[in-house]
Amino acid sequence: MTVLWLIPFLPLLSATLMLLSAGRMPRYLAAWLGVGSIGLAAVCVALVARAYLADYQVQELTLWTWMSIDNFTPRIAFRVDGLTVVMMSVITGVGFLIHLYSVEFMWEDESICRYFAYMNLFVAAMLLLVMADNLLLLYLGWEGVGACSYLLVGFWYRDPDNGRAARKAFIVTRIGDTAMALGLFLLFTELGTLDIQPLMAAANDRWQIGDTLPILATALLLGGALGKSAQLPLHTWLPDAMAGPTPVSALIHAATMVTAGVYLIARLYELFLLAPPTLAVIAWIGLLTLLLAAFTALAQKDIKRILAYSTISQIGYMFLALGVGAFASSIFHLVTHAFFKALLFLAAGAVIHCLHHEHNIFRMGGLRTRLPVVFLSFLIGSAALAALPFSSGFFSKEGILLSAWTQPGIGPWLWAGGLLGALLTSIYSFRLVFIVFFGETQTEPDRQPGWQMAVPLIVLCVLSLVGGWFVLPLSGVLPDPGHEPVSHLVEYISIGTPLLGLTIAYLLYLGRQVSIASLMASPAGAAVQSFWYGGAHIDKLYHLLLVRPFTGLAHWWRNEPVDLLYNALVWMTRWGHGRLVVLQTGELRWYATSMVFGLLLLLAIVLRDSA
Amino acid sequence: MGGLQIPLEHVLLLASCLFSCGLAGLMLRRNLIFMLMSLEVMLNSAALAFVAAGARWGQPDGQIIFLFILSIAAAEVAVGLGLVLQIQRRFKTLDMDQANRLRG
Repeated sequence: MTVLWLIPFLPLLSATLMLLSAGRMPRYLAAWLGVGSIGLAAVCVALVARAYLADYQVQELTLWTWMSIDNFTPRIAFRVDGLTVVMMSVITGVGFLIHLYSVEFMWEDESICRYFAYMNLFVAAMLLLVMADNLLLLYLGWEGVGACSYLLVGFWYRDPDNGRAARKAFIVTRIGDTAMALGLFLLFTELGTLDIQPLMAAANDRWQIGDTLPILATALLLGGALGKSAQLPLHTWLPDAMAGPTPVSALIHAATMVTAGVYLIARLYELFLLAPPTLAVIAWIGLLTLLLAAFTALAQKDIKRILAYSTISQIGYMFLALGVGAFASSIFHLVTHAFFKALLFLAAGAVIHCLHHEHNIFRMGGLRTRLPVVFLSFLIGSAALAALPFSSGFFSKEGILLSAWTQPGIGPWLWAGGLLGALLTSIYSFRLVFIVFFGETQTEPDRQPGWQMAVPLIVLCVLSLVGGWFVLPLSGVLPDPGHEPVSHLVEYISIGTPLLGLTIAYLLYLGRQVSIASLMASPAGAAVQSFWYGGAHIDKLYHLLLVRPFTGLAHWWRNEPVDLLYNALVWMTRWGHGRLVVLQTGELRWYATSMVFGLLLLLAIVLRDSA
Repeated sequence: MGGLQIPLEHVLLLASCLFSCGLAGLMLRRNLIFMLMSLEVMLNSAALAFVAAGARWGQPDGQIIFLFILSIAAAEVAVGLGLVLQIQRRFKTLDMDQANRLRG
């Protein structure tokens, strides 16, 4: 008897129970159910992982046939290999910590039951996504996490701005999802199956490297991945998605859902290897995104937006790794990123929680001594994010950069771009730390995080520190060519860059050797600042190019231009009626006379024709 | 055929004269009774034309049509006189220029 089916079932069950209670469940019960179901799922995952690590045997479980139409018979079936074990562990492990943290964070919220219901539903959908053995079930999970993301971003729906952010998140990812659905249709019509393993075999069988069809299919799937993982040009939803509660941002918009695109590409790597142009595009998109997001993060004021842009940037690194074929490195960075970014978000949530919902970093400051646990968490998280030596981020980012370097041809360019990104990452991470935790106290915290908050923070601190030493069971599942030995100089530069960034951040924001204020005051500085503060104005561009024409068209159609034709008909009839009604005098003699003359006229016409 | 032969043209001329008189009466008179009488004159002029034409070609159709017209005229008078009574009762007049309430 396998426990595999219990893993997505437990969160689904508790979500159903909570949704059916319609919010009338007592908050103790909701909290126990919400956290407990994820905890039990995590225990099941641990059992499955132990079994897998013992003999590296892929586990499969078919529950039932979903539907059966001719030769299209998708099953509800799970397939657990190394990649899935890694993803499940991250989802349930980090997910459990975030749920525990949520208990305290959301305790005073009246709809805590709804919150845990959505969170559990999300975990269930995400588990379905990574465990699915066919692409249709994967797509079900994919849409499920999208719906939960929408529900949770708009969790505090009474503020219309939150609803707007939720809709934006949903619609922008929907663009990618549509492309992905088209990709699935294409794969099914060409290869006749959506089961992942037979699909890969058939693709390798029928297609050559560089054929048009695999390029087209992977490009469409890439569209889905770009939307979900918030990469250029579909990245604009993620910063706005920060409208949701902070633990939601930590779980969905940092650790798990946004990395689904990375998972999808890694899961279908054999298909992507058949399409080298798509891989090159992935690498360049990753590079562009990571640079753009890093620059943008440098100019933000809202603590959560900084972290959101840094998430986009870090996923850019994962895409870069996927693009150069270093699939295992990408997943490794996904795991370490899940640890340290969840840590950073939870720490930021603690700051916001203790500071009366303050988001602006310039109204924080001096929190080092006031919130020591949070400070420690933020310090460790930022160190890992900036890839300071021996933190977990260091190992994973190092692998990506060196894989990029050894890429023939464009490698050094990708490497240099990634390095610049690493420099920026380290500057903005420590800018955040220095502004929020050093300097003068602006706002006094009115409470301290309790144990439900502190324990997840400390556990994630440990994971962020030691995560780099984990060996993921990915050999045999994902190819990682590794990288050829590179000269020590390249390694030293890679190690030194984050330290350089730390120094720059220190000089700018803590040591005050260089006055950042005077730099900002100059016209050029202000222009650059406002350009990056607005996220390179991509939102404005989309608003101008897409939203405005669309709403304009909608407004135009609201007046129903087609109806003009029918209205004209009505108007003409009315007008004619007004003119002709004068003939209806009611006088009998007038009628008789007009009939006589009409008859005469007709007679004249008839007679003239016959004459 | 013996006896006095009346040329067709004369009969038709008489018929059209009668018709014109009736028409003029219909258009000019205001009293409903006179309008009905004018209608009778017009109907009879048409009937006369049919009879004359039937005699001219020695066909019975003309006289059959005359019988039709006679019955139509009777029916018309029956309805018409009913209307006359009603109008007289409602409007206390038979002046048709007064009874013009059904107008647009």
